[in-house]
Amino acid sequence: MAPMNGSYLPAGLPAPVPAAGDLDAEHWAAAARHELAVQRCNGCGRHQWGPEWVCHRCRSFDLGWAVVAPGGTIYSWERVWHPVHPALAEACPYVVVLVELPQAESIRMVGNLLGDPTAPVAIGAEVDAVFEDHPDGEPAYTLVQWRLRSAGA
Amino acid sequence: MASDERTIKGRAAIVGIGETRYYKRAQSPHPELRLCLEAIMAAADDAGLSVDDLDGFASYSNDRNDPSLIASALGIPELRFSNMVWGGGGGGGSAAVGNAAAAVAAGYADHVVVFRALAQGQFGRFGQAPPLRTVSGPMAYTMPYGLMSPAQMFAMRVQRFMHEHGVGQPALRAVALASYHHAQSNPRAIMNGRPLTPEAYDASRWIVEPFHLYDCCMENDGAAAVIVTSAERAADLRQPPAHVWAAAQGSAEGQALAAHNAPDYATSNFKTLAPRLYATAGVGPADIDVVQSYENFTGGVVMALVEHGFCAPEQVNDFFTPENLSAPGGRLPLNTSGGNLAECYMHGLELIIEAVRQVRGTSTSQVTDVELSLVISGPMVSPVSNLLLAATR
Repeated sequence: MAPMNGSYLPAGLPAPVPAAGDLDAEHWAAAARHELAVQRCNGCGRHQWGPEWVCHRCRSFDLGWAVVAPGGTIYSWERVWHPVHPALAEACPYVVVLVELPQAESIRMVGNLLGDPTAPVAIGAEVDAVFEDHPDGEPAYTLVQWRLRSAGA
Repeated sequence: MASDERTIKGRAAIVGIGETRYYKRAQSPHPELRLCLEAIMAAADDAGLSVDDLDGFASYSNDRNDPSLIASALGIPELRFSNMVWGGGGGGGSAAVGNAAAAVAAGYADHVVVFRALAQGQFGRFGQAPPLRTVSGPMAYTMPYGLMSPAQMFAMRVQRFMHEHGVGQPALRAVALASYHHAQSNPRAIMNGRPLTPEAYDASRWIVEPFHLYDCCMENDGAAAVIVTSAERAADLRQPPAHVWAAAQGSAEGQALAAHNAPDYATSNFKTLAPRLYATAGVGPADIDVVQSYENFTGGVVMALVEHGFCAPEQVNDFFTPENLSAPGGRLPLNTSGGNLAECYMHGLELIIEAVRQVRGTSTSQVTDVELSLVISGPMVSPVSNLLLAATR
């Protein structure tokens, strides 16, 4: 997955920073390396997203990270026409997808579907992750975006 | 009734209702606290109570008006109960009535006010993103991707529900049309005199697919209050009581997980509550005469009514028609004051007041011979709550 030139949404949205206690710091660090990392329980092996302090299943505090294959399927989607943030005033429409990761017990991640924002979107379509670098962010960050697998690399 | 029976049924009632005039967003000439006091005094007057009789306060959605300040401002001799339901949206509306009913049943207080006040000119809006330079935690998994408003949060759930059950846009439209239809006979309604046609709905702009403009609630200024007391005390007061037969609050497993990871996703979050409510009251959906269901967005109403057993998911396209949802003759008259879409967005407390009016027989879109009046508060948020009011104890 090559870094993109430019980003799907315009600059001016808030930059993601690690949560209190660095709970999700590894996710953002991995994204910057262009890897998809999600939380996994060292006790029972369960994946979860977003990161939590205990495993939902076995309630262990011993949680680690797993780099998973950067692909999934579209579980749901929406096309936004009405901007609610000044940075998005000229950016509508844009498409937000909820992507399910079957390789990680079907946890879901929110991202944008790259490509024509007016095209039809199909639930169940296969997508691949695209790591979108924001070197000018304050601080710099990388988002995990998605592209239809049928669109090719 | 045995005193050790663990039920609220027959123990408490709503005996007073009060509202300010309802305003368009930021149009209130008064600050929020004043609106709040005005609604509370109107509810006491409606009940035939003195303000001195009020000794408890319950609210929800982080209402900014602290009961200690309200009680002091009103010169109330003794405050005995103050209570807040966690969670946003209108999810705590029925829960606040349930908590008030529990307080009077337990003897903590005698006359508990449930209130909600909003002045969005004085304070911020719900439908606009906060100005942040950085974001962390659950919002960091959505906001940088342009998913940050309530409409954007819930469109994703409704889209999945429509996909799973083959639900068409006209089902959502029917909810909006019913609310606007009922608002035309309600002089209090913001949208009174502004009817909505199917053509106007279809032609309205998208906010976020699958929500058109008319699928989304208004934002308004005003205040509303109801007074809850014991069933015994209610019998001596001015108004016919709206008896509490059941109230439930809560959430199914994992509904608040970050980044849309609820295990059961395409839900209004009422699958656990609805059976609990019916079991407490000893009734079922066929016994309900009229429903007020919180419309943050129409799609949530569709899911909530399905989860309360009024139709199967596969029957949604046939069941959700304006005719079925309209008073007085529809199969399930819905949001008979105009609700959040067309009367006023008083965070759903106006829906509880309308449910009381239906029991009293004083609605502007009255259903005939109402025995059971259902309120559904805050579909798709967590916690949610519901409330069943009855004309008899």
